[in-house]
Amino acid sequence: MKSAVEIVRDIKQGATTASAELERSLEAIHARNEELNVFVHVDETAARETAARIDERVVQGEDPGALAGVPIALKDNLCRIGVPTTAGSRILEGWKPPYSATVVDLLLAAGAVPVGTTNMDEFAMGSSTETSYYGPTRNPLDPSRVPGGSSGGSAAAVAAGMTPISLGSDTGGSIRQPAALCGIVGVKPTYGLVSRYGLIAFASSLDQIGPFATNVTDAALVLETIAGHDPRDSTSLPEPAPSLVSVIESGVAGKRVALVRELVDGADADVVDAVQRAADALREAGATIVELSIPECRLGLSAYYLIAPAEASSNLARYDGVRYGLRVDAEDVSAMNEATRTLGFGAEVKRRIMLGTYALSAGYYDAYYGQALKVRTQMIDAFRSAYREADVLLGATAPSVAFKFGEKMSNPLAMYLSDVFTIPTNLAGDAAISVPFGTGEAGLPIGVQLLGPGRSEAQLFAAGRVLELARESS
Amino acid sequence: MTLPNGWEMVVGLEVHTELRTTTKMFCGCANAFGAAPNTHVCPVCLGLPGSLPVLNVRAVDLAMAIGVALHSRIGFSTFHRKNYFYPDMPKDFQISQYDLPINSGGYLALLDGSRISIERAHLEEDTGKTTHLGASGRIHGAERSLVDYNRSGVPLVEIVSGPDIRSSTQARLYASELRGILIATGASDGRMEEGSMRIDANVSVRKSGDPFGTRCEIKNLNSLRSLVRAIDFEALRQTELLDDGGVVRQETRHWDDAVGATSTMRVKEEAEDYRYFREPDLVDLDPDSAWQERIRTSLGPMPAERRGALLDRLHEPTSAQRDALEVVVDLSLDAYVAAALDAGLDGALAIARAANELAGDIEHLGNLTSEAFVTTLSLESSGALSATQAKTVLTELLANGGDPASIARAKGFEQLSSDSLGATVATLIDEHPDEWARYRDGDDKLAQFFIGQVMRLTSGQANGKAVIAELQSRR
Amino acid sequence: MATPLRREDVAKVAKLARLSLSEEELDTFTEQLGQILEHANDIAALNLDDIVATAHPFGLINVVRDDILVPCLPVDDVLGMAPDAEDGRFAVPRIMGEAP
Repeated sequence: MKSAVEIVRDIKQGATTASAELERSLEAIHARNEELNVFVHVDETAARETAARIDERVVQGEDPGALAGVPIALKDNLCRIGVPTTAGSRILEGWKPPYSATVVDLLLAAGAVPVGTTNMDEFAMGSSTETSYYGPTRNPLDPSRVPGGSSGGSAAAVAAGMTPISLGSDTGGSIRQPAALCGIVGVKPTYGLVSRYGLIAFASSLDQIGPFATNVTDAALVLETIAGHDPRDSTSLPEPAPSLVSVIESGVAGKRVALVRELVDGADADVVDAVQRAADALREAGATIVELSIPECRLGLSAYYLIAPAEASSNLARYDGVRYGLRVDAEDVSAMNEATRTLGFGAEVKRRIMLGTYALSAGYYDAYYGQALKVRTQMIDAFRSAYREADVLLGATAPSVAFKFGEKMSNPLAMYLSDVFTIPTNLAGDAAISVPFGTGEAGLPIGVQLLGPGRSEAQLFAAGRVLELARESS
Repeated sequence: MTLPNGWEMVVGLEVHTELRTTTKMFCGCANAFGAAPNTHVCPVCLGLPGSLPVLNVRAVDLAMAIGVALHSRIGFSTFHRKNYFYPDMPKDFQISQYDLPINSGGYLALLDGSRISIERAHLEEDTGKTTHLGASGRIHGAERSLVDYNRSGVPLVEIVSGPDIRSSTQARLYASELRGILIATGASDGRMEEGSMRIDANVSVRKSGDPFGTRCEIKNLNSLRSLVRAIDFEALRQTELLDDGGVVRQETRHWDDAVGATSTMRVKEEAEDYRYFREPDLVDLDPDSAWQERIRTSLGPMPAERRGALLDRLHEPTSAQRDALEVVVDLSLDAYVAAALDAGLDGALAIARAANELAGDIEHLGNLTSEAFVTTLSLESSGALSATQAKTVLTELLANGGDPASIARAKGFEQLSSDSLGATVATLIDEHPDEWARYRDGDDKLAQFFIGQVMRLTSGQANGKAVIAELQSRR
Repeated sequence: MATPLRREDVAKVAKLARLSLSEEELDTFTEQLGQILEHANDIAALNLDDIVATAHPFGLINVVRDDILVPCLPVDDVLGMAPDAEDGRFAVPRIMGEAP
């Protein structure tokens, strides 16, 4: 599959057309979507119209945009006007948003061609895409295994060569973990760098939209396009999008990279080994490697599984059968709300709604939610200190390679532990990127994670590029 | 009303006022009353998945203006979510302020000289509006309800008083003084009948000097009259209950204006657990001193100050004139009165015309310049127009605008010639010799009798001052 | 340290969240949520009296918009989403009590 950068270059040079690239993408989808369940919705007609418009612009000599003609897959929690958007839930089955997310508008303005929406864990609650009402997505590299989650569909779309790039959302690792399990690049940008307007909320203070790509440069190109201040999101950072592609070859010479003990402890041996080799590669490129301990990371999982469900319990209250989506009729409005929510939500969503409701309820707030917010403060402070010692932190993305279906579904806590290395970044509001580096059990890919302070994306992409080059030369 | 057996009522009021912004609190939909249902809604105020709130700066300005007028501390504040399910609330939580409101503390000085403490005045969003289908049109017995979200997300400020109010009269004074302030700050139109100002009352009773008793919260007070009646009813209900050896349950009660009684709506033990937590989609509000100063300097004088300014210019005002002055200031008619005083006219006359004729057609004030008001009153004072004629001219000015002199001419308001007035007075003196004798002997009150008779005979065309002049010339 | 999660706590929370659970689900959720909360006791047990709570990762303040009208949604789009509508309004079955 061609990269996004190559497609844009070829289209601008007239070597290919957006329509031709789209057909290639649709062919790949036809070939494997039934088997893998990657896309929950593909709108070929609309995609062909969009591609034709790009081609028309090229013919007219207009600038077709930074992502001209690049097919892109969008996670099913990004609102697109008139396109069914369900967040993987029965409760939103058939709902068509009357408005589009800011990122969708930005992608369209840049000439990208959305081909469809991808499967996800229900309301992004899960690490395997098994909690989707629309069935699980299979890992293209080994269909007996999960693609990770919650953005499993978007990761699988890129890994299966269906689209060169896609968008996901990352609340506790939902982009980085599936990127690692599918052997591609996944980015969790700094909180506020990308507008959340039009992203169906899971946990508002943690959610960020970010790209998947086969390579670091494509990911940087997508992030440049979707980043920047949005007046419709109060938590959006005030500055414009950073320049990332132009500085992607800056390297790591003279940079301090810290291998964080808590971000590898407990990982499988092949994963630990891959992280060590990544450290070696960075050293060879001129970075200084140090070891660092951030003990607060150990408290991240608990804090996250109180904060995220608490916010979710409130964010998901609106699915009550009154205004849109599913309604199950009943005698009175409370009974209707209850019947609708009981049928419309799956077990994992119910579990987290109840957990969050409990954590916020009178008598428990201080012990649980209140404590979690204080741990968050400690986490932020701990990372701030770490970034005084190092420019980039290094660790594993996930504790293991892609696991088998059903392995963790019966034990929620075991599933939650899949996110133990990715959660701290969301709590701190910082940036992180997962880059494939080596393989482990059954030849499955391993992802290593590069972490940086808020707004350090340029440096993370440069470090990711170093690992990419090291991988290619090995 | 005084409570029996040494009971004293303790009342605190929670006043919700809709802010007069152009758009809603968190989105650009119109904040307007009376539009077709669900025509002023968007993804944000409908609570659609993925939508996010962005705070309207004008709502903050107006909330701060209220804080300034109530002598509150204005400072760092945060937004919280108050979580409960109700179909009129699109997100099934309300964005409100909780432990850190924009305005805290303060007081409101009342006309009776008392001062009621203010606990807080915070920002929050309004809900949609439900209509109940069924025979009664009320919530009970309705088979279905319909929801219109036009009002959803309209900015509100909730002003919470301390438990300092001790009578329904004082509650009324508080509510009307507060209403005047809300109008004067530009925060609200103060229209209780349209729901733009809504009051809940917390009522308890105690024996003087005892600690506070258990309180009940009364909802649905849609007018100052209901406020007074509901508080009196509730305080009396509680004292009777206690005198009979019962206990007051902490509960929310509903005021039924038609029945004239409160009834249990919800017992507090069943109260919802609102699970307040910081609204993660909004950032903190920390107005700096420059912002606060801009609000402070943009505010004109408040009603109490404006009443004081006019009172100082009146010569020994009567209590009726004081009452009329209240109306004048409440309705922002004081500029007319001040203009009349500036022109050297009688303040009592100006207040009377403003509090009656102008207050009677407040919607059309735009048609009446203060120059036209002053000219009309000058014509009346000089005797060129009778009182009745002056009132008619003002009514016409309000209805259609124009020039007082032209209106008077067009209406045929020519004064009676002094000859014909003299003849009429002479006839009346002949017809009422007893009254004339008493007047001649110094009883000035009888002048009113003769003026009344002249007005009757001339259908109000005569000028009272001219009649007195005629009478005196014959004394 | 918080007390262990009881079955009745889960029942109460489900009611608050407008979810109905079968007896069997109640057992399963009590066990699963109990495990998660037990794990969370590592932070419930910490002494963090001197730490300030963080609700937002970055300290942005005073993010506001001007009081300017923006077009609303067409009413047909709005009611087109409704599971039930009547007379230009969203229709719901009977409401059992006044709003709190």
